[in-house]
Amino acid sequence: MDKFFEIIFTTDFAFSIFRVTTPILFAALGALISNRAGIVNIGLEGIMLTSALTGVLISAYTGSALAGLLGAMLGGMLISAILALFTLELKTDIILGGIAINAFASGGTVFLLYVLTGEKGTSSTLASKMLPDLHIPLIERVPYLGPIVSGQHVLTYLSILAALGVYFLLNRTPLGLRIRAVGENPKAAQSVGIRVKQIQYIALVLSGLFASLGGAFMSMGYLSLFTRDMTAGRGWIALAAESMGRGTAVGTTLTSFLFGFAQALANALQLLKIPSELISTVPYITTVLGLVIYSYRQARKLRKGR
Amino acid sequence: MFKLKYFELIRTLAVIFIAMLLSMLCITLISKQPMETMRVFLLEPFSSMSHFGNVIEVAIPLMFTGISVSLLFKMKMFNLGAEGIFFFSGLVAAAVGIQNGLNAFVHPLAAIAAGGVVGAVISVIPGVLKAKWNANELVTSLMFNSILLGVGLYILNYFLRDASAYTTSSYKIQQTAVLARIIPGTRVHIGLIVVLVFIALAHVFLYKTRWGYELRMTGANREFAEYSGIKTGRVIVYVHLLAGFVAGVGGSVEVLGMHPRFDWVALPGYGFDGALVAMLAKNNPAAVVGSAFFLSYIRIGAEMMSRYSDVPAEMIAVIQSVILLLVSADQFLKFWKNRMLLKEAQKNG
Repeated sequence: MDKFFEIIFTTDFAFSIFRVTTPILFAALGALISNRAGIVNIGLEGIMLTSALTGVLISAYTGSALAGLLGAMLGGMLISAILALFTLELKTDIILGGIAINAFASGGTVFLLYVLTGEKGTSSTLASKMLPDLHIPLIERVPYLGPIVSGQHVLTYLSILAALGVYFLLNRTPLGLRIRAVGENPKAAQSVGIRVKQIQYIALVLSGLFASLGGAFMSMGYLSLFTRDMTAGRGWIALAAESMGRGTAVGTTLTSFLFGFAQALANALQLLKIPSELISTVPYITTVLGLVIYSYRQARKLRKGR
Repeated sequence: MFKLKYFELIRTLAVIFIAMLLSMLCITLISKQPMETMRVFLLEPFSSMSHFGNVIEVAIPLMFTGISVSLLFKMKMFNLGAEGIFFFSGLVAAAVGIQNGLNAFVHPLAAIAAGGVVGAVISVIPGVLKAKWNANELVTSLMFNSILLGVGLYILNYFLRDASAYTTSSYKIQQTAVLARIIPGTRVHIGLIVVLVFIALAHVFLYKTRWGYELRMTGANREFAEYSGIKTGRVIVYVHLLAGFVAGVGGSVEVLGMHPRFDWVALPGYGFDGALVAMLAKNNPAAVVGSAFFLSYIRIGAEMMSRYSDVPAEMIAVIQSVILLLVSADQFLKFWKNRMLLKEAQKNG
């Protein structure tokens, strides 16, 4: 047990929480935007995976990490635009559409990787680039704070900024107001002249953009290559985070950090002599528990309201 | 009304046709010998008894998970837990199958029953959470898949693992528990008959019993069903029990029929495939047979293709997701249906 606390109370551990929260936070922000527009984007997992691969491929072929990042973002937006096309125009059920996107990404990335490199499973033969870590001058020197806050990956900082940005977008801009109006009651929104479908397109593509940043982090920050199914359920955890965060930017960010903490804990506990198979389930169990507590309280509130 | 009645069928066939065209396109772009690759993809599954046997072997688990998911989707419960349950129940069945001292009749029955019951018990958890507190069953069931994989691997590695085996796998399943082969020259086992019985039972349950009626009503409109006196919470719970049981039996049958040892170290994917089978079958148990066989056929075709040519089997994932997107797209070919409706109306009016 002493060893356990020795691991938890270190700057390394605090540092790692930010690191593992990054992809979850990005995807959760994506979930937030589309949910507020009334669309449950189940395809986040697949969008992240596709972006993780496009980032690696484009950075390897152009030799530029920035081009890779842009490619990943475009890839993510493209996939979510396709999802939007099917759900908004062809009326595919959004849940099934999302499942299809995930299946497509899981097999399609392996397929594309094989066709381009002859490798299945990992992109280790590609010389793909990584996005850099940032060291913040001055703060870097502050004891305790410095080793935690400075030296994080550039996308980790961006994820915090993105959370602020989404808060601002939803609560302080006309577009955010429209998104919320469409999600709240599409018919009422339409009656005051909001183009519902257009807003939903924008929300879904933005959702894809955020998820793609999470994907780019996975293959150009968290790891330095693409491996098959590397997102490992983070898109789903993000959906739970959004749902538990009550559809607000602040709540979603906080629950993302909670799940990030669980994941960091699982990583850290691998140093102890607890079977790794069981430890790997910690983030998922936390997610289920969180969702249950949230739903329980929601249901009680509803009953009281009646 | 003749044509309209068959609209759904024609639409599904059109989707399959587009999917096949797309695979031809993929092959033409990638393969160095496209004609030969296409031949392998389309015809190799029929080239020998053992290859066609493969198609049947793969169709069996797809039918099991197809029924399981159909029951849930019919209720509009988007629960994908069949994946984890299939894996975990397979492990449970293997654990029973490893034990000594039961005869060849009781042993497989006991193993399959154990797998089925465990499947039902696991499946009911997201069901109860949904019925009582409206917890999103999609997210909980997916989290359960990852949890079941972790716990299952722990049990495999710490309690069932045969250290003398070369790979990560359990002790050998006793000969008494192995399911009998029924078609010579193939590995098709008695599970085929079991699954066909399950399909018949699911059909009767859905369309001929009160519970099945309640299930369909709740799926069509939960609030209306509630107002007309159906306890929809209870329906949600028993549909989860049944779906979990079917998926659990499926996992058990698959392990006892096809695997000398339990050797899954990752989720086998049959649960997610079940969603595709159910969609293609429009959540109708009888149609699950056809859609499972079609899926199994293109699977085996793709596997043969990756074995004998230069196109990888993962191509099938792309094709499958296109099928899923189009099949569930309400508006796809709707204009055609509308035109037929109009014609019909004009003729009658």
